Amino acid sequence: MSSAATPEQELTLPKRNFYNTEYGLLSWLLTGDHKRIAMLYLFSITFFFFVGGAMAGLIRLELLTPLPDLMASDTYNKVFTLHGIVMIFLFLVPSVPATLGNFLIPIMIGAKDLAFPKINLLSWYLYIAGASCFVISMVNGGVDTGWTFTTPLSTHYVNTNVLTTGIGVFIAGFSSVFTGLNFIVTIHRMRAPGMTWFRLPLFVWANYAASILMVLGTPVLAIAIVLVALERAFGIGVFDPTKGGDPLLFQHLFWFYSHPAVYIMILPGMGVISEVISTFSRKRVFGYAAVAFSSVAIAVFGFFVWAHHMYIMGLSNYSALVFSLLTMLVAVPSAIKIFNWSATLYKGSISFDTPMLYAFGFIGLFTIGGLTGVFLGSLGTDIHLTETYFIVAHFHFVMVGGMLMAFLAGIHFWWPKMTGRMYPEGLSKVAAVITFVGFIFTFFPQFILGYLGMPRRYHAYPPEFQVLNVLSTAGATVLGIGYLIPILYLAWSVKYGKVAGSNPWNATGLEWQIQSPPLTENFTEIPEVDHEAYDYEWLEHKNRQEVKSIG
Amino acid sequence: MSHISPVLWQFLEKWLANSSLFPAEASTIAPYTDALYFFLILISLIGLVIVALLVGTFSVLYNKRRHPVAVQIEGSTLLEATWTIIPLGLFLIAFVWGALLYFRIYNPPPNAMNIYIVGKQWMWKAEHPGGQHEINALHIPIGRPIQLTLISQDVFHSFSIPAFRVKREAIPGRYTTVWFQATKVGSYHLFCTQYCGTAHSAMIGEIIVQTPEDYQAWLASSVSGASLAQNGERLFATLSCNACHNANPDSRGPSLANVYGSKLQLVTGGSVQVDDGYLRDAILNPSMHVTAGYAPIMPTYQGQISEEGIISLVEYIKTLDSNYRVQQTLNTTEIQNQKQAPATAPGTTVKP
Amino acid sequence: MDSPVIPTPPTPAVEQAAHAAHPAHLRHHFETVEQQKEAASFGMWLFLLTEIMFFGGMFAAYLIYRNWYFAAFADASKTLSIWLGGINTLVLITSSFTMAMGVWCAETRRRRGLVLSLALTILLGISFLGIKYNEYSEKFEKHHVPGASFSVETFVNPTADEMKNEKIVALAPDLAAKTEIYFSLYFAMTGMHALHMVIGIGILTVLLIKAWGGAYTNGHMTTIENFGLYWHFVDIVWIFLFPLLYLISRHV
Repeated sequence: MSSAATPEQELTLPKRNFYNTEYGLLSWLLTGDHKRIAMLYLFSITFFFFVGGAMAGLIRLELLTPLPDLMASDTYNKVFTLHGIVMIFLFLVPSVPATLGNFLIPIMIGAKDLAFPKINLLSWYLYIAGASCFVISMVNGGVDTGWTFTTPLSTHYVNTNVLTTGIGVFIAGFSSVFTGLNFIVTIHRMRAPGMTWFRLPLFVWANYAASILMVLGTPVLAIAIVLVALERAFGIGVFDPTKGGDPLLFQHLFWFYSHPAVYIMILPGMGVISEVISTFSRKRVFGYAAVAFSSVAIAVFGFFVWAHHMYIMGLSNYSALVFSLLTMLVAVPSAIKIFNWSATLYKGSISFDTPMLYAFGFIGLFTIGGLTGVFLGSLGTDIHLTETYFIVAHFHFVMVGGMLMAFLAGIHFWWPKMTGRMYPEGLSKVAAVITFVGFIFTFFPQFILGYLGMPRRYHAYPPEFQVLNVLSTAGATVLGIGYLIPILYLAWSVKYGKVAGSNPWNATGLEWQIQSPPLTENFTEIPEVDHEAYDYEWLEHKNRQEVKSIG
Repeated sequence: MSHISPVLWQFLEKWLANSSLFPAEASTIAPYTDALYFFLILISLIGLVIVALLVGTFSVLYNKRRHPVAVQIEGSTLLEATWTIIPLGLFLIAFVWGALLYFRIYNPPPNAMNIYIVGKQWMWKAEHPGGQHEINALHIPIGRPIQLTLISQDVFHSFSIPAFRVKREAIPGRYTTVWFQATKVGSYHLFCTQYCGTAHSAMIGEIIVQTPEDYQAWLASSVSGASLAQNGERLFATLSCNACHNANPDSRGPSLANVYGSKLQLVTGGSVQVDDGYLRDAILNPSMHVTAGYAPIMPTYQGQISEEGIISLVEYIKTLDSNYRVQQTLNTTEIQNQKQAPATAPGTTVKP
Repeated sequence: MDSPVIPTPPTPAVEQAAHAAHPAHLRHHFETVEQQKEAASFGMWLFLLTEIMFFGGMFAAYLIYRNWYFAAFADASKTLSIWLGGINTLVLITSSFTMAMGVWCAETRRRRGLVLSLALTILLGISFLGIKYNEYSEKFEKHHVPGASFSVETFVNPTADEMKNEKIVALAPDLAAKTEIYFSLYFAMTGMHALHMVIGIGILTVLLIKAWGGAYTNGHMTTIENFGLYWHFVDIVWIFLFPLLYLISRHV
């Protein structure tokens, strides 16, 4: 059923796979196949990534000069608002779960599909509906509240498309809830015989933890948006201090979701890193249980730290104390993971394929990003650093340097599985390095800008900050190129890439034991699992008894 | 900071500030913030170097060509414990240090000079007790603790002085405070650091720190009208506060002499410390702050008075240190009182 | 919590024969009917958990504001009719009963019984909504709907009638202003609840039509069971809303 790729063999794509069991637009738009839905998501999020990226380009262009000379202030405010909304809700939140998670989780656990294929498709349609609301809002003039919709600004003081955008967030939120719900039920109920919890790949654990956050956290965002909409439309008073309401209540409701949201965004990426590091060191992940439990710990602790976004907003000193302490606790599991991944390299057999390069980039940049989180979690330094470019640098380090790198690592790692073809290795390595260099130049100067005091969301700034801003924009240009190149060669590889075979990386994991691309039903017969995760000895043993692939 | 030689610190700080990669340290608290910042940079660097060394060394030593066969290692509880406990310990140090710093910044000393700041889209208004008003600027003397009482007229704003390492949100609906003591004469950036709409990035200004003599000169030259307390006295009369809050034994409202800073008994049975925020709330939501022994008949002034007006009233009430002082107010405003309609009685419809 | 052991899948030859034999409603990505049932049930419980988090945000807001403005909340709550609210509570509990009857009928393959139970549930649901509509329109007439037309007249100047029958006390105007927040939460919470009921009734109608055709009395009643869970959840939310909104300080 599988064959390890050997360079001498002439490989061909399997005759029957999930792409060609059915043809036609409707067979894609009405599919229940988790793999097709994953590809639908891949197209959508890539498209919106470039929309958000274009906004980022505009921001950096404007910030080349200290004066507000490229666009009007209102326009600039709309650009950064939509940059945040599009990148967070339409790219980061669904990126790994909806593409790689959808594609791989059933296969990794030995199932034929997710528990609820129709709800999976519904998730995608909700994503498109939410995204359409954002597009309508953009076409209609945009929204300029910032992605955080702070009241009373968003309820009483702007006359842009808050309601439309709010509806978009609401709908996209339910897309996320249903994806998480699907994953949880699938992982609990549809594992193949022998696939116990502690034999699951760490990618599955990471997505499971993220799914818990999706399911429990997103509805609170939904209700916060509903209340903003009601306040805005009818003036009900729930956030209006002149009527007895408290604008800080919105902050609590909003951040109760939006903090776990950042863990929703990063945990699946961490799952990818576990898989990539293991495969390219030919070793089981060091401390499997520690990494698995760390994912769950991040998910649980992540619910108790939301007010660290609100230290200077008038919290009582004692609440601030509690949240700061809990924030320090939530930082520890991430540190544990970094050390476990580093230890996985020890006495491994390391190769430097593109996914591994991205994984190394992740380890370096996420470590910096995560440590700067400690700067912000510590109350005293947060006073000086909050709402400055230090925050912008911090979250871009963890989200872009961390999550986006992990996403690219995952796309490159599983590209042969999803498409049956390899991408050009030399070019992909160059793109990875370009991305890394561009990233450092874009975002590292922003830490310095932040400590100097340059506030975020600023259209214009004092002239002494210009040099660092120019450096940042220069880096952004390089970064943009680094992201464009993969689009080109990945698209090229779909038709002209070298045929990959079922296991080009000689990796463990059930997904590498089936053909590339997989059959619609994934497995012709449900496997019985009798080995641990990352069991390279089992893989060796299996390779020696090759069985021909189907089709 | 006391552990580092002051000379070395001064040299380091000067070099850093001149490098334009680091803001000037212009307040008493700035060196403390910087010290914690340097500690955090240090542990971050060490952490990053450790990770980089591990990854780098292992990548070289265990390169596929050099080390073709991997050794399967399950894990090590000892290592897990080590790299759980050490980071946790370091983060907890950062927590304790940061918390101490935070309490320092948000707990003003008792002798701090109070200045009111009202933020609105898109400007900062500073109200000095002596009646000086500034827009997008704040003159302060060096060497004195200054407390800022902040409030917003519309949306969230945030008053940020990077050179002092302090920042505080100005919230619509209640006062927030922050304090600092400037240590260097000069002019420093003031930023609004909470996104507040179109001209958020134009809501900037200057903090001008002067020597005490220059500050006195500035104070004298910029008074154009009444002090805040005087203005408050005027409002006290025009808004008919003294109809009930007079020192007469049968007055409908409690006398406000010495009320500021006292512990007040409420009808609900509890007691409350009277500060600026309490006074403001009592003016806007009087029924929820009824003093023991009085009826809830005070009308609300929500919508009838601006934040500056409330600030003036609060400043005035702070100066009421005796019934005689209250009487003085009555005497000078009796004529105005007689001309006005009778004070509102309970049950009268008042627009909420 | 769940067993990792799933029955061994059949060999290809057996599977061919068995393909005709397995129930039509077994989806192909599941191995057994039990697995499918358990997954559907688990999915519905998880969904209800998200609904709890959804309503939870509003309950949190309610908690805070009731704590701050108790007198205003108590007074405003008195303008709601305990009778109508009580009847609605009974109506909903009865509809939960008829729903449970429906589930039993489905399990025991009583087609007519199931259809009757679902129809009764729909009727009771519609009566609930009708009574709610009545309450809402009364609030609209009295200018208690938050927004531009909101008036605190009732609370600042209650008529003798209101003071006697509804026991409304006169409040100072600034405290009375806080009743707008109470009503905002009242409309938001009961409105959201009513929306869930409307959706529930819609689904019930579809289920009714399919039940008439015998869809759920042939051994596959997972849909009815899981919808029953949803309906009971909607009922339970009301059980919380009723005392919190209608019964504040009624003993006074």
